[in-house]
Amino acid sequence: MIEQYRIVLRNCGVIDPDSLDDYIKQYGYQALGKTLAEMTPADVVAEIEGAGLRGRGGGGFPTGFKWKIAAQQKSDTKFVVCNADEGDPGAFMDRSVIEGDPHSIIEAMAIAGYAIGASMGYVYVRAEYPLAIERLNRAIDKAKEKGLLGDNILGSDFSFDLEIKFGAGAFVCGEETSLIHSIEGYRGEPTTKPPFPAVEGLFGKPTIVNNVETFANVPAIILKGKDWFRSIGTESSPGTKVFALAGKINNTGLIEVPMGTTINQIIFEIGGGIPNGKKAKAIQTGGPSGGCIPVKYFDTAIDYESLKALESMMGSGGMIVLDEDTCIVDTAKFYLDFTVDESCGKCTPCRIGNKRLLELLEKVTNGTADENTLNDIQSLSQVIKDTSLCGLGQTSPNPVLSTLKFFPEEYKEHIVDKKCSAFVCKELYQYVINDSCVGCTLCSKKCPVSCIEGEVKGVHIIVQDDCIKCGKCYEVCKFNSVDLVPGGLSNV
Amino acid sequence: MSKVKLTINGVSIEVEKGTTILEAAKSLDIGIPTLCYVDLKEFNVKNKVGSCRICVVEVDGRNNLAPSCCTPCEEGMVVITNSARVLHARRTILQLLLSDHPKECLTCKKSGECELQDLAAEYRVHEIRYEGEESSYPADRANKSIYRDPNKCIMCRRCETACNDMQKVGILSGTERGFGAVVDTAAHSKLADTYCTFCGQCVSVCPTGALTSITYNQEVIEALADPSKVVIAQTAPAVRVAIGESFAEEPGTISTGKMVAALKKLNFDYVFDTDFAADLTIMEEANEMLDRIKNGGKLPILTSCCPAWVKLLEHQFPEMVNIPSSAKSPQQMFGAVAKHYWAKKMGIDPHNVVVVSVMPCLAKKYESAREEMKSDGVPDVDYVMSTRELAVLLKESGINMSNLKEQEYDNPLGESTGAAVIFGAAGGVLEAALRTAYEWFTGKELAEVNFEAVRGIDGIKSAEIDLDGTTVKVAQASGLGNARELLNKIRKGEEAYHAIEIMACPGGCINGGGQPFIHGDTSIIKKRQEALYNIDSNEEIRKSHENPMIKKLYKEWLDKPGSHEAHKYLHTEYFERGI
Ligand SMILES: Cc1cc2nc3c(=O)[nH]c(=O)nc-3n(C[C@H](O)[C@H](O)[C@H](O)COP(=O)(O)O)c2cc1C
Ligand code: SF4
Ligand code: SF4
Ligand code: SF4
Ligand code: SF4
Ligand code: SF4
Ligand code: SF4
Repeated sequence: MIEQYRIVLRNCGVIDPDSLDDYIKQYGYQALGKTLAEMTPADVVAEIEGAGLRGRGGGGFPTGFKWKIAAQQKSDTKFVVCNADEGDPGAFMDRSVIEGDPHSIIEAMAIAGYAIGASMGYVYVRAEYPLAIERLNRAIDKAKEKGLLGDNILGSDFSFDLEIKFGAGAFVCGEETSLIHSIEGYRGEPTTKPPFPAVEGLFGKPTIVNNVETFANVPAIILKGKDWFRSIGTESSPGTKVFALAGKINNTGLIEVPMGTTINQIIFEIGGGIPNGKKAKAIQTGGPSGGCIPVKYFDTAIDYESLKALESMMGSGGMIVLDEDTCIVDTAKFYLDFTVDESCGKCTPCRIGNKRLLELLEKVTNGTADENTLNDIQSLSQVIKDTSLCGLGQTSPNPVLSTLKFFPEEYKEHIVDKKCSAFVCKELYQYVINDSCVGCTLCSKKCPVSCIEGEVKGVHIIVQDDCIKCGKCYEVCKFNSVDLVPGGLSNV
Repeated sequence: MSKVKLTINGVSIEVEKGTTILEAAKSLDIGIPTLCYVDLKEFNVKNKVGSCRICVVEVDGRNNLAPSCCTPCEEGMVVITNSARVLHARRTILQLLLSDHPKECLTCKKSGECELQDLAAEYRVHEIRYEGEESSYPADRANKSIYRDPNKCIMCRRCETACNDMQKVGILSGTERGFGAVVDTAAHSKLADTYCTFCGQCVSVCPTGALTSITYNQEVIEALADPSKVVIAQTAPAVRVAIGESFAEEPGTISTGKMVAALKKLNFDYVFDTDFAADLTIMEEANEMLDRIKNGGKLPILTSCCPAWVKLLEHQFPEMVNIPSSAKSPQQMFGAVAKHYWAKKMGIDPHNVVVVSVMPCLAKKYESAREEMKSDGVPDVDYVMSTRELAVLLKESGINMSNLKEQEYDNPLGESTGAAVIFGAAGGVLEAALRTAYEWFTGKELAEVNFEAVRGIDGIKSAEIDLDGTTVKVAQASGLGNARELLNKIRKGEEAYHAIEIMACPGGCINGGGQPFIHGDTSIIKKRQEALYNIDSNEEIRKSHENPMIKKLYKEWLDKPGSHEAHKYLHTEYFERGI
């Protein structure tokens, strides 16, 4: 039986987040103390690099390497930025860490500041996280009071200050260059890399941007050492990962497991399996940048590489379980719809391409697709990935491509048979009243658009052109006289 | 600077570190299409946002394609600019752009000069693979100068760079998100309700028909056909060195005589020269300048012939609205003289005189409609045409300007000096004013009329001029961004000058918003500039106050510069403007 393993969430729910003393009792600020007293900046970078810590914000970029580049830059001003924008639909890992253990982020950012030679840090938090902001604010004040932030921290030469910046409320503001522009007061829009932020970031100065969860690992690594960290997880992805388990699963919520845990272990051992005796169909990871991994790969040990090999992504840690009642095309459409709304609109392939891709998917789900549609989807997806400016566009076709790869027959069913087996795509099924109807008139009374005709005691009939597929008639009929039948389009 | 070696399409090349793939490919004569990218070299302004993605190329070892306009060359890079993958991506990008674009080329103002249209033709896009919902935005034509049709905007952001980075007026920027993202004014206001100066630099750089000028060609055609009207043309200095480009002449070609002939072919009753009024402007402005210097008036005196700059001042430097010269711009002075002096002399009712200006400028359209730009209730100028619009009208009328025999301007309002023609280049007004001011102030003849220190298209120039013992400090700024910088220094008291010339367009009117498109090739501006100075140096009379017709005008009508009559017709005032 797999166990959860808490590094990131070590204090969440354990300590009073508003109590600095509580945090200190849990070895809080000891890592910072050790850093300042015993380590050179280069030692810190080497420790993080040696630990093999990779960015938990989605990309898995080696954190130590990023810090090393920033540390190498010659500049009297540098910045540390914590990315707490957390825009993935359904994600709340970062919020939980800040709400439950704000001092761990402050401590980690100060350590990072020392490592790269920065004396100023910003935490970029979604404005929709008022409690997190409140607690972080209080924690910053307390840390300042105790000399854990500010000038000459713990009596050393090192000074570091922190400020909170509020997110502009757009998913794309979580992309690091966009985030930087947003802090600078400009429109939150990505710019091309290079230059990378570590070389030329906030206000043109070397800047490291790291995710909340990435930072939360730092004090533990400093205290317990790189070898300890490497002993957890896999060779290429040491440590743990926090996932927000959601969807069709018995135990939803945050979990933290060592990298290398299999999907099966997560779903069945930790998540308690699928409710209502249904079968699992796939899991979605990586949010709008990721994909759907079908059941047959559920014994995959999760790390950055293995998920990528399955056309998905680690992403920030969203994990949504899909059961057999899920329409896979509709799922892909949901994520793409999100991307279309959240694209900043700067570059052509993402602004227009994703919109067109969504329209193609709509054709699949509304029965107007033809034999060219899949080709068009493939070809357009490839160009969007190939040519988009930032990570949002570069990954936006992933939900489509992965589902197309693993569930081609379901797409074909929609396109050729005009059928949605999951009865999700409204245009592809119908409610019809069969001969057993006794003419009780209940359905026609309940129909919100009054599209059911028939005499009392006579068999009723649904006027399909007007039906909005709300399912009310199906629900209320006491005689099982309303049927749900596929392939509505051909009958219209 | 260190060098890096790479290969492009199999050809090795060594370039300076920091060179982009696009620049490197260009030096190998390898064509890569661009839409959003523009490099206004002479003005140090680049639009390098990498938004259109048409310039993508394949780089070995990279997962996705690289935008060549903003990807620096690296040691050992292997670049392919024309693989099947690249061509397919570019064609798809074009198809996507066109799928959300009104396909109105036949009736589009930009047709024939549109970079998107050219590219679609080059790539032979005869089918749009992905069709779907098209954006729909309201157009804005509620002003005299600029027509904005966001439906044709491709989000290249060139206008934004021109307005925000170069002009630093800050009117246009990306708004909204996703498919609905579009370049617009803040709060989606109409241009007329913003600080927009109508300098037209955004129009100059827009690759499509999203930003064009508001034209009065039809009104002009009708006036020309109306037998009850006497229709006269005035042509600004910068037009003569640019209009040739619209007829496939080399940039820098001087087309004065042919342009006059062409206007006569269009049946203008008289073809006069704004240069005449430029000389007149110098008389009034130099007089005012010396008056302020001698009598302790407000300094610096600022030139007022550029309406875009005046509008910027009125919006954003309200405490300075009383320091520009009160002299009207040459275009307006010309109209006032034509209608109230020349018409009277000719026995024509000023109401029947139609003054058509041909200007390198879009702000001049706005200026001519300003409430104060009237005398005795008659507007000084009736219609303003840009250089481009004159070319259109000529072509429409079947007139090939290049083949015409040169003709002379009509008299008396066609007579001008070398000092007037350089008004078209940044620094020219100042130089012309100095030529006259020197002689008036010192009572001596000016030996060297060329003031090289104020010439050239650098953003800000300054010089100290010795007026026979009295030192006069002068400065020149072109481009509104530079103007702002200079004015801020004066505001803070960091610098003090006696006289300052400001032109809204970088390089001056030769680079006006109404000139033939340069498609990013700023060397053309230099050629136009050289042409103007060549005209000047070949003139016999090179000082405004020596223009015999100007002398006559004062004798017969105005008496002397700054007189009561001069104030009534040739001077104006400025107002603080909110939004
Ligand atoms: C569209 C988009 C949205 C992103 N949103 C987030 C986010 O909400 N939080 C985050 O930490 N990283 C986000 N990222 C990744 C950041 O760009 C950046 O890589 C990350 O903050 C680096 O930190 P890490 O290396 O610690 O993961 C996003 C990237 C893209 C392309
Ligand atoms: S890929 Fe999308 S989000 Fe990223 S810059 Fe382009 S339009 Fe904006
Ligand atoms: S599904 Fe809803 S709208 Fe359709 S017939 Fe039944 S009750 Fe009426
Ligand atoms: S903007 Fe260009 S492509 Fe668009 S309609 Fe006008 S000419 Fe055609
Ligand atoms: S006309 Fe000039 S000020 Fe107005 S939007 Fe264009 S560039 Fe900006
Ligand atoms: S208005 Fe013209 S210049 Fe401005 S972004 Fe649109 S297409 Fe480009
Ligand atoms: S510089 Fe010349 S062309 Fe430009 S706005 Fe001023 S007057 Fe017009």
